[in-house]
Amino acid sequence: MEEVIRIDNLSYAYPDGQRALSGISLTVQRGESLAIIGPNGAGKSTLLLHLNGILRSGGRVKVFSEPVTEKNLKDVRRRIGLVFQNPDDQLFSATVFDDVAFGPMNLGYSEAEVRQSVSCALAKVGMTGFEHRSSHHLSLGERKRIAIATILSMSPEVMVLDEPTSNLDPQGKWLLIELLRKLPVTRLIATHDLELVAALCHRVVILDGGRIVADDMAEIILNDKSLLEAHGLSRPAGLKSALESVIPVRD
Amino acid sequence: MKHSFLDRYSDQDSFVHRLDPRTKLVTVFLFILAVGLTSPAMWPVFAIYFIIIAFLIIFSRVPVLYVLKRSLVIIPFVILIAIFIPFFKHGESVGSYNLWIWKVSVTYQGIQVLVTILIKAWLSILSLILLTSTTKITDLLRGLEQLRLPGVMVMVLSFMYRYIFILVDEVMRMKQARDSRNFGGSRLRQLKTIGNMAGTLFIRSYERGERVYDAMLSRGFDGQSRTLHHLSFGLSDLLFGASFGLVVVFACIFNFLH
Repeated sequence: MEEVIRIDNLSYAYPDGQRALSGISLTVQRGESLAIIGPNGAGKSTLLLHLNGILRSGGRVKVFSEPVTEKNLKDVRRRIGLVFQNPDDQLFSATVFDDVAFGPMNLGYSEAEVRQSVSCALAKVGMTGFEHRSSHHLSLGERKRIAIATILSMSPEVMVLDEPTSNLDPQGKWLLIELLRKLPVTRLIATHDLELVAALCHRVVILDGGRIVADDMAEIILNDKSLLEAHGLSRPAGLKSALESVIPVRD
Repeated sequence: MKHSFLDRYSDQDSFVHRLDPRTKLVTVFLFILAVGLTSPAMWPVFAIYFIIIAFLIIFSRVPVLYVLKRSLVIIPFVILIAIFIPFFKHGESVGSYNLWIWKVSVTYQGIQVLVTILIKAWLSILSLILLTSTTKITDLLRGLEQLRLPGVMVMVLSFMYRYIFILVDEVMRMKQARDSRNFGGSRLRQLKTIGNMAGTLFIRSYERGERVYDAMLSRGFDGQSRTLHHLSFGLSDLLFGASFGLVVVFACIFNFLH
């Protein structure tokens, strides 16, 4: 199998000195579907920003066996598509078309290629016909789909998604999961939505306090209740589940 | 949350809508320049300008009442700036008043200048309203770009159009959260709260700006803006531009010969 991402002992501190990541080592193979789970503030988003060179820490991140440098930055960003958590950050143009075409145009595609890649990307997320709408007037679920299309239009080899299902209603969430399942690329998903992880990911990494505390098959980690509980990813023992509090348990 | 569009009525169809955005931008600029250069109290010239703009508004099929209502927004600002002119302009006195220890007098010439300024501002805003309600913002931005406005400025305008309502929503949510906690108390305390809100809004916008920039970088942004849209300058643009230009030039000549 081909290695697409290799992170070697990566540490990062915010400009104010607060430590965000310490000693992260991680490799991702082509075709893998990897979940990075962890409580709020664990450093998930910071880690993702290192994958396409937005944040750089001196060659500790290797993408397609090469360190990310100023020279190959454009290529790295085409091959690794990063979808931000809030679609309002990702969609900054006046129309949907402009947003989806932004990446291909920066890559210097010809006009026909741009139009082709935009319509293809919109078709993949089921948003054909929205080209001339303004993203402000779309629902959150629609905006999340368009945000994914803005990455797909560059035909990335790896998709990196930051909390793709946050704030979506259950129906919207499952539609999005179905959509992601159909896209045949290597996936890295940062989330704390365990249903999403169970539905999409084969391998799970738990990140807590800026460190990787577990890295294993999804079935093993998702069934390890005490591990999940220790890192704020499940209902604390001693608290009733939603079902139990509504329907009293008979002795 | 839904807001009305800035460029309402711009998706209708009419002769004015179909003009190339560049034609419209240039003619509006010329029009405002000509209106601004007209000498005070040249009523016939102002009448010509008004007739031009009125014709175009009717042709464009934008509701007249909507245009009038929006155009009135400018009046208070102009009055705020120009209200003192009748008192300072030298000339024939119309009346004088004693204000405590000062004696102020209003002059005929001063009033003329005030009315002229009001008319100029109103005509200019009418033309701008006509421009924005017959042209989609995206086309307008494209037009500005092709007229060689620096790319950074076009981008700033485009971001403004995209994010202004998001900011409005943010303010609205902050206000609701504030009022839910029984906002009140003394004036000073209220002011302090409002100041804090403004500061929070600034920080949030700043952070959003950073995130948007990251999202742009992630898609290969390198400081250059690129577009695909083509504008077409046709025969109707040429005819409209030429006849509009002729009328304005004629009015200007009339103004300066007089």
